[in-house]
Amino acid sequence: MIERSFDVAVIGGGPAGMAAAAKAAELGLSAVLIESRDLLGGVPLQCIHPGFGLHVFGEDLTGTQFAYRLIERVERSGAEVMLRAHVHSVEVEAHDEKVVNVVAPGGVVRVRCRALIYAAGARERTIFEIGVVGDRPAGIFTAGEAQLLMDLYGVLPGREVVIVGSGDVGLIMARRFALEGARVKAVVEIMPWPGGLMRNVVQCLHDFGIPLLLSHAVVRVAGRGRVERVVVARVGEDLRPLPGTEFEIPCDTVVVAAGLRPNADLLERMGAAIDPATGGPVVNELLETTVPGVFAAGNALVVNDLVDYAVEQGERAAEGAKLFVEGGGLPAADWKPVARGRNVRLAVPHYVSGERGAVVYARVERPERNVLIRVPELGLRRFAVAVRPAEMVRLELPRSAFEGVELERLTLEVVPRE
Amino acid sequence: MGPLVKVAVVGAGVVGASIARVLTMYEGFEVVLVEREPDVGWGVSKANTSVIHPGHEEDPRQHPLRAKLCVEGNRLWRRWVRELDIPARWPGELMVFASPEEEREARKYVELAKLNGVPGVRLVYGRELLALEPNVNPQALGAVYAPTAGTVSPFEAVTAIVENAVENGARLLVETEVLRVRVEGGEVKGLETTRGFVEADIVVNAAGLWADEVSRSAGVEPEFRIRPRRGEYLLFDEDVRGKPARILHTVPTPVTKGVYALTTVHGNLLLGPTAEDLPPEAKDETGTTREGLGRVLSEAAKLLREVPPPSKVIRTFAGLRPEPPGGEWLVKAYEDPWGFVNVAGIRSPGLTAAPALAHHVAGLISEAYGIELRRKEGWNPRRVGIARLAGKSLREIDEMARANPDYGEIVCYCKMVSKAEVLEAIERIRRIGARPTIDGVKFRVQAGFGRCQGSFCRWRVALLIAQATGRPLHEVLVGRGAYAVGDVKVLLRGGAA
Repeated sequence: MIERSFDVAVIGGGPAGMAAAAKAAELGLSAVLIESRDLLGGVPLQCIHPGFGLHVFGEDLTGTQFAYRLIERVERSGAEVMLRAHVHSVEVEAHDEKVVNVVAPGGVVRVRCRALIYAAGARERTIFEIGVVGDRPAGIFTAGEAQLLMDLYGVLPGREVVIVGSGDVGLIMARRFALEGARVKAVVEIMPWPGGLMRNVVQCLHDFGIPLLLSHAVVRVAGRGRVERVVVARVGEDLRPLPGTEFEIPCDTVVVAAGLRPNADLLERMGAAIDPATGGPVVNELLETTVPGVFAAGNALVVNDLVDYAVEQGERAAEGAKLFVEGGGLPAADWKPVARGRNVRLAVPHYVSGERGAVVYARVERPERNVLIRVPELGLRRFAVAVRPAEMVRLELPRSAFEGVELERLTLEVVPRE
Repeated sequence: MGPLVKVAVVGAGVVGASIARVLTMYEGFEVVLVEREPDVGWGVSKANTSVIHPGHEEDPRQHPLRAKLCVEGNRLWRRWVRELDIPARWPGELMVFASPEEEREARKYVELAKLNGVPGVRLVYGRELLALEPNVNPQALGAVYAPTAGTVSPFEAVTAIVENAVENGARLLVETEVLRVRVEGGEVKGLETTRGFVEADIVVNAAGLWADEVSRSAGVEPEFRIRPRRGEYLLFDEDVRGKPARILHTVPTPVTKGVYALTTVHGNLLLGPTAEDLPPEAKDETGTTREGLGRVLSEAAKLLREVPPPSKVIRTFAGLRPEPPGGEWLVKAYEDPWGFVNVAGIRSPGLTAAPALAHHVAGLISEAYGIELRRKEGWNPRRVGIARLAGKSLREIDEMARANPDYGEIVCYCKMVSKAEVLEAIERIRRIGARPTIDGVKFRVQAGFGRCQGSFCRWRVALLIAQATGRPLHEVLVGRGAYAVGDVKVLLRGGAA
C-alpha cells in the first residue's frame, strides 16, 4: 500500500469538489482531489442544456462547458488529481489526522490528510423508494442514467416515455427526449405544484406540448420483457392514490426523476450527525460537519437547485479547511443554532458563530407569494415576490449584522408581507 | 462401454441444474440442459426465501418424499456449498410464537422434527430466545429453535451448479423453449424446441411453472395442473438497524404461510413472502402489489423488534412457486412413454431438497431404465467462485489490485464491485453457454444490488458487456428486454435501430 500526505483531501470530482480542491490549492494548501470516474466534471458533464454558471462566471453556459471551466481551474491551481479512485473507508486517527483509504488501479493508496472535504454528490431516488409496484422489466431508468445514455453515449433509452417527477431534472429530461424524437406521454407529479423552476415548466413542457399531471402518481408498472404501460392514479391530500381514479398510459419507458438524496453514507460511517430534513450532514457556517476537520459541500451537503451554489459551498469548505489546518482545529466559538421557522423545510448551515459572515441556503415547505424572508434576531429581512420549494433561498448573513447583538439562536422564517 | 444415454433436462433452475450435475457424476450419460431464458436460474430459483430448511415443517405421513429429501438436502447442501464455493450461512431458525394458540401449533413441529430425525429442534423461551436473537420482537412468547437452518444465495447456487456441470461435460442451451416432448412408438425421442430438435433418450422435466405443460406434451398426467403461488418480498439496505442474527419466521396457519425475516448472505434484510394463489395461466405474473407488500411488513413486525422505514427498501420483488395439486411433488419415471421423467410441481422445500432430489432422480432413472450408476473417474466436484473484493481487508484488496489493475477499478460503488469481477462474470456466463445480460452480471457479482439500484453502474456494466460481445450498447439485454432502443442520431434520421 502506498501512503501519501496532504493538507486537505477532497472526495468527489464534481463542481463542489473541483471548486474545493482548486480553492484549497489557491489558498496555499497541498490538496488532492479523489474522483471515482476516469474524468473530472461530475454530473454537469452530461448536462448539454444551458443554465449553468450565471452566478459563478456571469455567463449562461451548458453543463459541459461549466464543468470544463472548473477542470481548467483545478489544473491551474496545482491540486493533485486521482482518477478511477474509489474511497473505501476513512479512518479518523486524531482530530486533525485522517486517512482516506482509496482503491485505485495500481493498488490501495492511503491518503493521509488533516482536513477532509466531502463532496461525493447525491444519488437519485429509485422506483422502489417511491413505492411503485408491479413488474420490473427493461425500460425503467433513473433520470441521470437516461441522460447519461443519451448525452454521453448517443443512445436513445426509449420511444414512448412517462416521466415520474417534475423537478428540474424531470422537466429537462422531458425536453431531451422530445428533442431526440421520442414521445413524452406525460410528466407525473405527486404534488399539486410542479417541482422545478417555472422557466423549465414553460421551456421544457409547454413549448413541446408535453402534459403535466399534477397531484398524480405512477402506482404500477406493467410489462414482460420491456415496459408496456404504467397505471397512474390521482392522489389525495395525504398523497395516497385515490381508489377508482386509476388509468393506464401505454409506454415503453419510465424515467424516475423523483429527487435526490445526499450521498452521506461515508459521513454517517465516520460518525457525522445527519439532518433528516436535508439527508446531509449537520454543519456550521464553514461547512464543517460534527466530525472535526471534515467538511461537506455541494449535493452531498444539501441538494442544490443551482450548480453555482455547489461551487460556492466547495470554496467555503476550502476556506474552512485552511483555518482548520493552520490552527490545528477551528478556534472554539459560541455556536448558535439556526432554527427553521415558519414555512422553512430545511436550512443549511445548522450553526453559526457570528464571528464571520455566513450564507444560509434554505428551501420552503410550500409555495407562497408576497413574503418576507427574515431572521428576526438579526433584524434581517428580504422581500420575495414568490417562494417555491423548487427554488433555493440563499441569504447572506453579513458579519456586521451580528455586531452588538446577543443571541441564543437564529430563526429563519418566511412570513406573509403585511 | 456402451453408447451414451442422451439425457435432456428441461429447465435450468436449481432442480434441473442439480440433476444435470448429479448425472455428470456417472459414466454413460450425455447431458444437455435446456432453458427458455437467456441465462440459468431465472425462474422460481431466482426469487424465493433462500432458506435451507431443517425439515421439521414437513409431515412425513402426508408427504413422505418431501420430508425425506428435505432432511437429506439440508445435509447435502453443506457439502455442495463447500465444493461449489456458494455463499451460505447456517444461523439456525426460530419459528416465533406470540400467543398460547400459536405456541400449541408450533409444538407440532417439534414432534415432526422427531419423526423426521431433524437434530436439535426444541422450544426456547425468554432469556434464551433473547440470547439467540436480540432483535426478536419483545412481545414474542417463545420460539421453535431449529439449529440446522441455513440460507444460500439461490441464484449464485444455480450458476455454481451449472458451471460445475458444464465443467464435467454437460451442455447448456439457452433461449430454447420446449414446444413438446417427441414420443414415437412409446419411447421418448427428444425435444421439439424453438431452436430445433434436441435428440434424447431420456427427458427429465424440471420445467418449474411450466412442468405441467411439458408433461402433457409427453402424453402423461393430463389432470396435473401447476398453480403459480405468488410470494412478494422486500429487500432492505445492508446498513439498517435490527437485522436478525437468526432466520425468523411466523407460525404457519391454515390461512397464511409463515413470513420470514432474515439477513441474506450478502447482508441485506429480506422480508417475505406472501402466499397468493394465481390462476394456472398466470405463470409470468411476478409483479408486486401494494397490498402484498403491506402484508409482509405487518407480519414482519410480529417478528422483529424494529422494522426499518420504507426509505431503506432497496428493492421489492415477487416470485412464483409451482404449487402442485395437494402440494404433492410429482417425481416419477414413466414406462410409457419410456424415458420420460417428471420432476414437477417442486414447491417448497424444493430449494432445500434439490441436491437430494437430484440423487433421487438419478436412482429412479437407474431403476426404471436399467442403467447402472457407476461413478465416473476424474469427475471434478470443485468449482471456485469469482474472487470478490467485498469483505476483503485493505491489504488483500491492495494485493488483488496490484496483481490485476481491473480489481482496482470500481464499477459498482454501493457494493464495491470491480471491473475485474464484472469481466469475470461475463466470461463465466459465456463459458456455460448462456447470454451475458445486465441481470446475469448483477446476480453473479452484486453490481447494481446496492441502494442506488444500478443508477450509477448499470451503464458501465452494459458498456463492458457491449465490449465483450461486440454488440452495440443499446442491444445489451437487461433481463429479457434490451437496455435501450437505438442510436439517437440514426433513429432521428428515420433509420432503423
